[in-house]
Amino acid sequence: MTSSVQANLLDASGLSIAQVNDTLGLLCTHDVNYADLYFQSSQHETWVLEDGIIKNGSYNIERGVGVRAISGEKTGFAYSDDINITALHDAAKAARSIAPAVNVTQAITPFATVHADAKYMSDNPLLQMQDAEKIALLKSTDKYIREQAANASQVSVSITGVYEEILVAATDGTFATDQRPLIRLNVSVLLEEGDRRERGGSGAGGRYAYDYFLSDDNGKPFYERLADEALHMARINLQAIDAPAGNMPVVLGNGWPGVLLHEAVGHGLEGDFNRKGSSTFSGKIGQQVAAKGVTVVDDGTMFDRRGSMTIDDEGTPSQYNVLIEDGILQGYMQDKHNAALMGVAPTGNGRRESYAHLPMPRMTNTYMLGGEHTQADIISTIKLGVFAPNFGGGQVDITSGKFVFSTSEAYLIEEGKISTPIKGATLIGNGPDVMGKISMIGNDLALDKGVGVCGKDGQSVPVGVGQPSLKVDEITVGGTQ
Amino acid sequence: MDSETDIMQTKQQLEDIKQVVSDVLAMAKAQGATEAEASMSKVQGIAVSARMQEVENIEFTNDGGLGIAVYVGRHKGSASTADLSPAALSLTVQKAIEIAKHTGEDDCNGIADAEQIATYIPDCDLYHPIELDTELGLSYALAAEKAALDSSDKITNSDGASYNANVGCRVYGNSHGLIAGYPSTRYNLSCVVLSQSEQDMQRDYAYSVSRVSTELSAPEAIGQEAAKNAIDRLDARKINTGKYPVVFDRQIASSLFGHFVGAISGGSLYRKSSFLLDSIQTQVLPEWLSIAEKPHVKRALASSPFDNEGVQTKDMQIVQDGVLQHYLLTSYSARKMGLTTTGHAGGIHNWYVSTNAPDQAALLQQMGTGLLVTELMGQGVNGVTGDYSRGAAGFWVENGIIQYPVHEITIAGNLKTMLKNITAVANDIEARGSIQTGSVLISEMQIAGN
Repeated sequence: MTSSVQANLLDASGLSIAQVNDTLGLLCTHDVNYADLYFQSSQHETWVLEDGIIKNGSYNIERGVGVRAISGEKTGFAYSDDINITALHDAAKAARSIAPAVNVTQAITPFATVHADAKYMSDNPLLQMQDAEKIALLKSTDKYIREQAANASQVSVSITGVYEEILVAATDGTFATDQRPLIRLNVSVLLEEGDRRERGGSGAGGRYAYDYFLSDDNGKPFYERLADEALHMARINLQAIDAPAGNMPVVLGNGWPGVLLHEAVGHGLEGDFNRKGSSTFSGKIGQQVAAKGVTVVDDGTMFDRRGSMTIDDEGTPSQYNVLIEDGILQGYMQDKHNAALMGVAPTGNGRRESYAHLPMPRMTNTYMLGGEHTQADIISTIKLGVFAPNFGGGQVDITSGKFVFSTSEAYLIEEGKISTPIKGATLIGNGPDVMGKISMIGNDLALDKGVGVCGKDGQSVPVGVGQPSLKVDEITVGGTQ
Repeated sequence: MDSETDIMQTKQQLEDIKQVVSDVLAMAKAQGATEAEASMSKVQGIAVSARMQEVENIEFTNDGGLGIAVYVGRHKGSASTADLSPAALSLTVQKAIEIAKHTGEDDCNGIADAEQIATYIPDCDLYHPIELDTELGLSYALAAEKAALDSSDKITNSDGASYNANVGCRVYGNSHGLIAGYPSTRYNLSCVVLSQSEQDMQRDYAYSVSRVSTELSAPEAIGQEAAKNAIDRLDARKINTGKYPVVFDRQIASSLFGHFVGAISGGSLYRKSSFLLDSIQTQVLPEWLSIAEKPHVKRALASSPFDNEGVQTKDMQIVQDGVLQHYLLTSYSARKMGLTTTGHAGGIHNWYVSTNAPDQAALLQQMGTGLLVTELMGQGVNGVTGDYSRGAAGFWVENGIIQYPVHEITIAGNLKTMLKNITAVANDIEARGSIQTGSVLISEMQIAGN
């Protein structure tokens, strides 16, 4: 039986399975130990509301094939934005030039279709709601904000939907397809009060249909909850005083503050950096790299999550991978190439931005398991410190281990209680140090709402993060006072 | 040396792309667009890398895309495609028109006014093709990395060296009848290495970028610089929290003016999302500082004969004696603000920041004791308020002399005051970007450390 993905990516381009197989054969006339073809088509739409009207809408289509040949540590890669047999053969000839020709063509393992339980719906979210309904969603969100805040001088609401189909065929016999929906709603509001102006933002999404944003969230439609969050952030920031500067205890909220883990340990545990010995975590499997009680996983198998994948971009089914257990480093995240070179199994972390990019070991949904404390208990232990429930982005230098992440909503903690809001400040620390200074773990594990984008080597992929509330005994807070 | 066949091929490709853009605009008109604009690019290239003196990757890149914006009355719709088949192009136009049926009416919408459209296409000398030769690229990458590895036994590992060569064309057209395009080239050689001491491991890099392959820095120089940068960072310490003067090294000083670009851009201004609202003809930088924009400098990285709306780019004094002379406007933001476009759709074109100090050493002398920042981390900048808080690494300086490397600290302040507190800009101009500036001394910032 032919899948709809195969029909769209191969049949519609006039390609047969035999020709796909022949192309892999062409790659194997050179000294190549692994080669794969990655066919992809994607549709992407965005609708933007600003100044109370639908300002713009955009629609993007992409379709192409990437051809990769691996010989030892070397990789040859070429791609085409046109799927046809000539382009495929040209790309294969370019990619195989990484290795010399051999007399005896290596055998290709016969294709075996990869079966994995779907982690999300296979429907195209762009088609699951009429354009008029998408617009009504944006307008309802705008109307709600205007009703809640007379001092909102700018309201911007946008929705984005993506639908991708991929097909992977490889010399190791992998033949796999996937259909990937992804949606997102973003709200941004600017409030004015006296001579102060502050922005607040929120967003959510995942591998759902758009009606996800209309679903009930404790008596309100979800989009109203998101609007409330954006308004709350702007209001809090209007009251914010200068943030302190220096080392102090910090309580991180649950959910999105898990960006801490993404930066402090996640990137440093990607297989490529560790094969090359360039990560601060290189060679540390079995060693204590975080405080006792800290267990961090990367889990691509969660249903409907932004970072989830039924199969990764090399056709490996996604997995639940324990990275750190009770503070001890267990293993790295791998794609096929790095796993083979390190003599371990791939972990379902081989990801690529598109057919025009090479796969690399990447995170999926990275989070820390819960502990026993309530957030209030954790805060009550601190005389003077910072409580940070919301963050913007972060960055890490995986070699020195230094990482930063910046608060977008934060408060002083005084005498065990949350007090005044403080302005956005960057927190900086060293991954292993900070992980060792986690002294209390909350019982309130939550994942983020589904807006994370991870950048590496110029490639962006959607990811999730999560954590329970955490107490870090000491980290540098980059305020102005 | 330019290759004749490549030039012929590119000329043909440029004509082909112009034809596609023209066809797409005609299609949009036939489907009911009152105005339309389209842009298309095609870039071919190679990206090769070597690591630990072995070939690592060879990539053949071939990127292209077409984007169209249509206006049906004052309703806008946009669509783009990386698939350039006739069916995909037709679908793209159709989608843009469909979208315009759903968007709101906005009087400020529309393509650029006819009198702003480029009437001459100055030759910015951006096109210097060579044969895309992976062997040549690899030899550069290998030589750069070898120089780094050989330069010191403290260089123990490498993240590799890469060479990129890109040859492409860009075409823009709109329903005023303009269809213009030009070819360009870009070459890049970079090297990233790791240094090691007993207690510390660090990485750093060096790179060169040029429109002309032969004008790239020598691979050996790039490798040696990468090695020196990585070694200089070893055994960095934290410093104490406090207020100090700060020198932004030339490599990161442009980021300060980058935030300034954001603040004086029409999009931030009409949204009231800038810390420099109503700043035109006011003092935003010190009196001795001026910024000139020169869009047509030959071979420069941010040269452009016209902007992304086909508007003629012109030499412009952005800041004169510290006073802001021009906001950076597109047709849309200009109409929102009751002004005229300044040709900044798509960004700025070669900024030149004036200098008042000979070199970085002079700047450090002037600073006396303080922090030299060579790396910034994170995005901790609030464009609405100007609040600034970023991770940093660099060197501690006493009496104008570098003492030791520093890391795991933050620097913070507010951009409005930071820009006014620029006390000196050195003449060590960083030319590898759209903003050409030397190192910058700011009189005081808050540093958070121990």
